[in-house]
Amino acid sequence: MSILYKEAFNIEKGDFATAGEASSKIKRTLKKLGVEPTVIREVAISSYELELNLVIHSLGGSLTLEVGDDNLLKLTSSDVGPGIKDISLAMKEGYSTAPESVRMMGFGAGMGLPNIKRHSHRFGIESEYGKGTVITCEYDI
Amino acid sequence: MNAAEVARILDAKIICGEDRLNDVEFDSAFGSDMMSDVLAYVKPTTLLLTGMVNPHVIRTAEMLDIKGIVVVRGKSVPEELVEEAEEQDIIILASDETMYTTCGKMYASGLPGCKRSDIV
Repeated sequence: MSILYKEAFNIEKGDFATAGEASSKIKRTLKKLGVEPTVIREVAISSYELELNLVIHSLGGSLTLEVGDDNLLKLTSSDVGPGIKDISLAMKEGYSTAPESVRMMGFGAGMGLPNIKRHSHRFGIESEYGKGTVITCEYDI
Repeated sequence: MNAAEVARILDAKIICGEDRLNDVEFDSAFGSDMMSDVLAYVKPTTLLLTGMVNPHVIRTAEMLDIKGIVVVRGKSVPEELVEEAEEQDIIILASDETMYTTCGKMYASGLPGCKRSDIV
């Protein structure tokens, strides 16, 4: 496949004020590209959850949108740590390691990763504690 | 149920989107201060009731294509939030009553809750 469109966003650790700006841009881009609204909504939800996870849990990372010529859209979240100790636990609804400050903002209910998986056509997660996490969400468009 | 009916039933103050009250229809409602839960339950046709007034409420609504929000417990809605809502064509109503009372009035008026099975 060759890439028709690619855009990467750096996401800073703890930058709650701007969290969601990348997802907002991704949503606008997909509208311009003429992607179907139901798929745009799924991508937007996953993207926002991924962005929030990077802000809340990671030491910093990036969110990348790629659209291929084979009707495939890929969203990749990649961070520089700390990594997830137990992925199966992190994938359980209600399990959260988010601090109280994040919960006060209305996040950290332990719904993020399962919700991202539910709103992806194909979902992948790889993590090594001490190194980092890579999450991929693919969509047929 | 349209947004004008919601405003009438709750005797709510109209913060923004007054010109679209008759055009925006809801088939369900969801009450929560946890945006994480909102992201997991809500459909584009859902009315959101919340006591949160930080910018992430509008950002969450934007991602979910939510068209109407009721701010409960008499919280004053910051101007920044109103501007963002207007940009996204989101109606904001405000009620002095609690989450429990506002949700109860909506449910009693025939607006059901969200079901996980309705979501993708």
